Amino acid sequence: MKPAPFRYVRPATLSEACAALAADEDARIIAGGQTLVPMLAMRLARPTTLVDISRLPGLSGIAREEDALVIGATTRQVLAERSALVASDLPLLAAALPWVGHPPTRNRGTVGGSCANADPSAEIPLVAVTLEAEMVIEDEGGPMPMPADDFFIGPMLTSVPPTGILTAVRFPVWDDARVGVAFHEISARKSDFAFVSAAAQVAIDEEGRCVKLALGIGGVGDRPVKLDVSRLVGTQLDAAAVADAVREATSVLEATSDLHASADYRRRVASVLGARAVSDALADAQVKGSGR
Amino acid sequence: MSAKPSQFRFVSSNRRVREDRRFVAGHGRYVADVVVEGMLHVALVPSRYPAARIISIDGAAALAMPGVHYVLTGEELAGGVDQLMNGLETPNVKRYPLAVGHTRYAGEWIAAVVADTRALAEDAAEKVRVEYEVLPYLTKAEEALDPSSPPVHPAHGSNVLLDKQFVWGEVDKHFAESPRHLSFRVTWGRNSTVPIETFGVTASWDPWREMLDVWASIQMPKYSDQISRALRIPTNSVRVHQDVDVGGSYGVKRGIKHTVLVSYLSRRLNRPVRLLEDRLENMRSGDAHGPERIFDVDIAFNDEGIVKSMKMRALDNAGAYAGRAPFQLGKPIGAIVGPYKIESVAYRAQSVTTNKAVQEAVRGFGQSPTNYAIETAINKVAQACGLDPVEVRRRNFIRKEEFPYLIPSGTHYDSGDYHTVADKVMAHVDYDALKAERDRLRASGMLAGIGIAACLEPSGGNSSFEPLLNEKNTTTTWMDSARINVDGPGFVTVTIHTTSSGQGHETLAATVVAEVLQIDPDRIRVVRPDTLASLPSNSPVGSRMAIMLGGACFHAAEKLKAKFIKIGAHQLGVAPEDATYDTGAVIDVAGGKRIEWADLVNLAHRQFHLLPPDTEPGLEVTHVMQVPTGTKLPENGRVQMYPCHSFEFHCVLVALDPDIGKPEIRRYVIGHDCGTVINPHIVKGMTLGGIAHGIGATLLEEFVYDDEGQMLTQSFMDYLLPSSHEVPEVEIVHHVTPSPFTVFGQKGSGESGYLGAPAAVSGAINDAVADLGITFDKLPIRIYAISDAVAAARAKLNQEKQSA
Amino acid sequence: MKVELRVNQTLRVADVEERKTLLDTLREDFKLTGAHAGCEHGVCGACTVLVDGAPVRSCLMFACQADGYEITTIEGLAPAPGELSVIQDAFCETHGMQCGFCTPGMILSAHALLEREDSPTREDIVEAISGNICRCTGYGQIIEAVEFAADRLRKANTPRGIPAPHIGAPRIDPEAGHDAPEEGILEAAAADMPHGGKP
Repeated sequence: MKPAPFRYVRPATLSEACAALAADEDARIIAGGQTLVPMLAMRLARPTTLVDISRLPGLSGIAREEDALVIGATTRQVLAERSALVASDLPLLAAALPWVGHPPTRNRGTVGGSCANADPSAEIPLVAVTLEAEMVIEDEGGPMPMPADDFFIGPMLTSVPPTGILTAVRFPVWDDARVGVAFHEISARKSDFAFVSAAAQVAIDEEGRCVKLALGIGGVGDRPVKLDVSRLVGTQLDAAAVADAVREATSVLEATSDLHASADYRRRVASVLGARAVSDALADAQVKGSGR
Repeated sequence: MSAKPSQFRFVSSNRRVREDRRFVAGHGRYVADVVVEGMLHVALVPSRYPAARIISIDGAAALAMPGVHYVLTGEELAGGVDQLMNGLETPNVKRYPLAVGHTRYAGEWIAAVVADTRALAEDAAEKVRVEYEVLPYLTKAEEALDPSSPPVHPAHGSNVLLDKQFVWGEVDKHFAESPRHLSFRVTWGRNSTVPIETFGVTASWDPWREMLDVWASIQMPKYSDQISRALRIPTNSVRVHQDVDVGGSYGVKRGIKHTVLVSYLSRRLNRPVRLLEDRLENMRSGDAHGPERIFDVDIAFNDEGIVKSMKMRALDNAGAYAGRAPFQLGKPIGAIVGPYKIESVAYRAQSVTTNKAVQEAVRGFGQSPTNYAIETAINKVAQACGLDPVEVRRRNFIRKEEFPYLIPSGTHYDSGDYHTVADKVMAHVDYDALKAERDRLRASGMLAGIGIAACLEPSGGNSSFEPLLNEKNTTTTWMDSARINVDGPGFVTVTIHTTSSGQGHETLAATVVAEVLQIDPDRIRVVRPDTLASLPSNSPVGSRMAIMLGGACFHAAEKLKAKFIKIGAHQLGVAPEDATYDTGAVIDVAGGKRIEWADLVNLAHRQFHLLPPDTEPGLEVTHVMQVPTGTKLPENGRVQMYPCHSFEFHCVLVALDPDIGKPEIRRYVIGHDCGTVINPHIVKGMTLGGIAHGIGATLLEEFVYDDEGQMLTQSFMDYLLPSSHEVPEVEIVHHVTPSPFTVFGQKGSGESGYLGAPAAVSGAINDAVADLGITFDKLPIRIYAISDAVAAARAKLNQEKQSA
Repeated sequence: MKVELRVNQTLRVADVEERKTLLDTLREDFKLTGAHAGCEHGVCGACTVLVDGAPVRSCLMFACQADGYEITTIEGLAPAPGELSVIQDAFCETHGMQCGFCTPGMILSAHALLEREDSPTREDIVEAISGNICRCTGYGQIIEAVEFAADRLRKANTPRGIPAPHIGAPRIDPEAGHDAPEEGILEAAAADMPHGGKP
């Protein structure tokens, strides 16, 4: 199981990287390589050039801006997982990261790489879609932002142009006083791809009323999706109402069927996990308001 | 002779396993670590179709690539080697390392490409052009029984490799007399042992010495015999190096087709040639799958849950060639009634060919699926009678005082105390508390169930199933050997004559020899000569080495001790009967004079003039040991299969969220009796590892083929091995019932967990969903299948409620 | 292409194809055969090595990507020839292996865990070794080995590695306004993001 031959280049700047992509239409970017290299080994992917962006200056790191936490594309997943900034400002991502692969793959795998790979069951893309993150793509024309929902277009497919590079993900930070999150996932083994995953983030006011709600589902269809459960905003997130709203929202999901999980299973469990995620996020928010 | 447990110095003590030192340092020596100067590398061209005629193979483009040495086709290979053995009388089911004219499963090797590196060989393999004429195919065993199904081997005439009916005892009478009957079907999915090291082999032919040197990741009886036969060279021209560590096997490391292929290539090219399977080759075409079996079982019993008789039909999907599949239906005959006093059995063993990869020997050699069927039967009897599954087992167990116990199919079980082991487990787990915990989980909205499985582990393996299934085979000998040499300065070296794949045989040999000679085991060197310098061994199959290698070491050490006594007594001027051996010295019992180890060694090595008459100089002894009880050929379909029978009793609590369906093992307790334990660390590891393997077979692992005959689970992303997250903490409850047939009372312990865990875990899941009126009768039980079935059952119940 | 790698604190040079993995380079060019090829697609963990102290699959990294890192293989753990580290010795004590094929990777994962966590819980251990598949043992004696090693290391009067933040469920430090540079990871968090503010 050896990859087909390729050329390896490690550009010094972003524009050199874009140029390297432009120079070979069968070039591919490599950063952490944790999903790309198995594809190369099995010869399911056969790029003729690998453009290594993992050491490009300025692409790795986590920084707080006004209303967002910006994570550089080549930031190792383990760094985000252990980051106090992510834990405090982006708890949903913090909750999702332990589900990404397993510890050794998180030591090499990058936040941007997981997004650019666009596996429908991947956790980081789900968080990006759920929170309506902004994906920052650069090519020779400079940076351009793209909503996560437009970025992920299908299984292993993104809207990144052939010579473009995802350079950062801007995750919105909710500055409400009482924000709670929950991330749930079902897979055959803990480190496997999710059959279904659910990410929820809830903000509540002093009276415990939901003021903001984001709920996303991964693994069910060909890309992660944010569910429309807006009718729950302004309510107390009563369990039965949540279950109804999530059931309705998941009933229209296109679900895939494979060896490990039927489409029925995925749709049914999406509804269950989605509702649980909302309820658990609510409970998390309530704890945060109770005199911490 | 048997020694009393209290007399042991080293046996049964918690001593370290000597092999571990090199492994923790990364200094194991596996086949991939063996580098032979000038060696070339092989990659394979896999068949694209499950069945096709091979019209042409064009290797020109591949051969034209720089660094590529050869493209070998099946046609050429078949002209140069004999077909691989299969042990059955099926002369038209021919098997060669590469497909010859006709490919029989997707992934089967069509051609081999030889190049300077493995990567180049893979590049070139992509350039080999194969033209096929696609043929009809089949993947399901039941289809294969249909005479109109597409024949996998047209010359054989049908897809049936074996169809043998046995009737032991008065089955019809017992069924007629029994007040209650039940029938069911269970299916064992195709899984295997899937070691983390794939199979690998390097062969190097030296035309000037006429010697084929082989380094392989092998665990196989009569490996060199088969190499020499296939290559038509004398066996004393085949030298298999046994100082190669094997990275896991549990039965399957038998790459004879790989070995014949690289050996042929080495002779053809006059270069050393290596083939290390990559994981894709290993999974789809390493021919190392395990049984895939449908059981149809009828049980005759009474209201008290006493089982009188059983009819079992086992239909096994062998895959494209016979491999070891048919014989894996034979070995379970030696424990066909499990630990129960079932008086009569009818057993029909059917093995059929399909267009799937080939089976190899897998841990338990067919016993694990059969135990799953037997234990499922006992659970169903308990359910039918409204009795507790533990109680039903207790009522049917063979009693301690009934051993040796003759089962209907001709095997005597050596010893056991099943009631005590079960009672110990029940006391340890506090069965009432466990049931209360299950009920508490149920009350909280979970589905929860308790699974119970008893199982027998026949051990001390021989090959009695071969003459049983093939009358032309008259083999009863199934030996293992040890040699001990005390050198001139007095150091002890033991030689063992097989490879090991994690069983700790070096520790076993040193422990046993040290026990007999009463010397420090850590000062004994254990080595493995190559096969030409070796005594006979049948390798670690059939859970046999504690019994057979341990036995051979024991007897060799006894011979050595006798020689010490003879030499020492002569020097002391007393008759050997009047001398005794004590911690390396010989003592004149009456006079109390001692002659020490160093002096005894000196006498043997340097003072021939002081040796008793007719004494060989030196201190070298060998012992070749036959399997205990292996004295007879089968008669009337009955045979003594293995000599010893270990016993295990599994108790499992499983909980699952009904909406999600993912089973969580909350408690796992196993009662374990393998007689006298030689090394507790090793037995513990085998037990825990076997359970993990069994959990995999029950919940995760399966080689799945789609409707196009293509294998879907070719990588570790789809064939799911349990990780540390999926294996629970296991509590072991020990018991020791020594075997009367072995030197220390030891029995085998390599298979127990895998033999019992599938029945126990599936039983717990079925207990959890029993109130919903559903059962899962096919392994593996996938998460979605549980959830989908629970959802459907609940919908049905709701509907019934509404319409009521 | 020529690569210069720091392996077990020694600079090693090899001329390799771009497509050659770090695993194959360690094994074939540097004769460090303690890292094993089990699946070559990043699932089994038999090829685990430490890259700047963190366990990484050497089958998922090309040699040409590995310059500039400190690579530690199992051969780099033993303090001297014939002498075992505390963790290696603990694996011998509990017989945390059978065939030994997964063992080097398993020990390196355990080593990395115990470098950053001196009192790991059973769950911490399970998580830390979850990327290393062992087919022989069912993990019981491996977990015991890591627990035993942790205990001995705690009791030993020897300096430990610098503790890095806990892995797994995040432990929030309310005082931390920004990420502190972290040990054991190449890229410390950088405050100088390339696109400060909205593009």
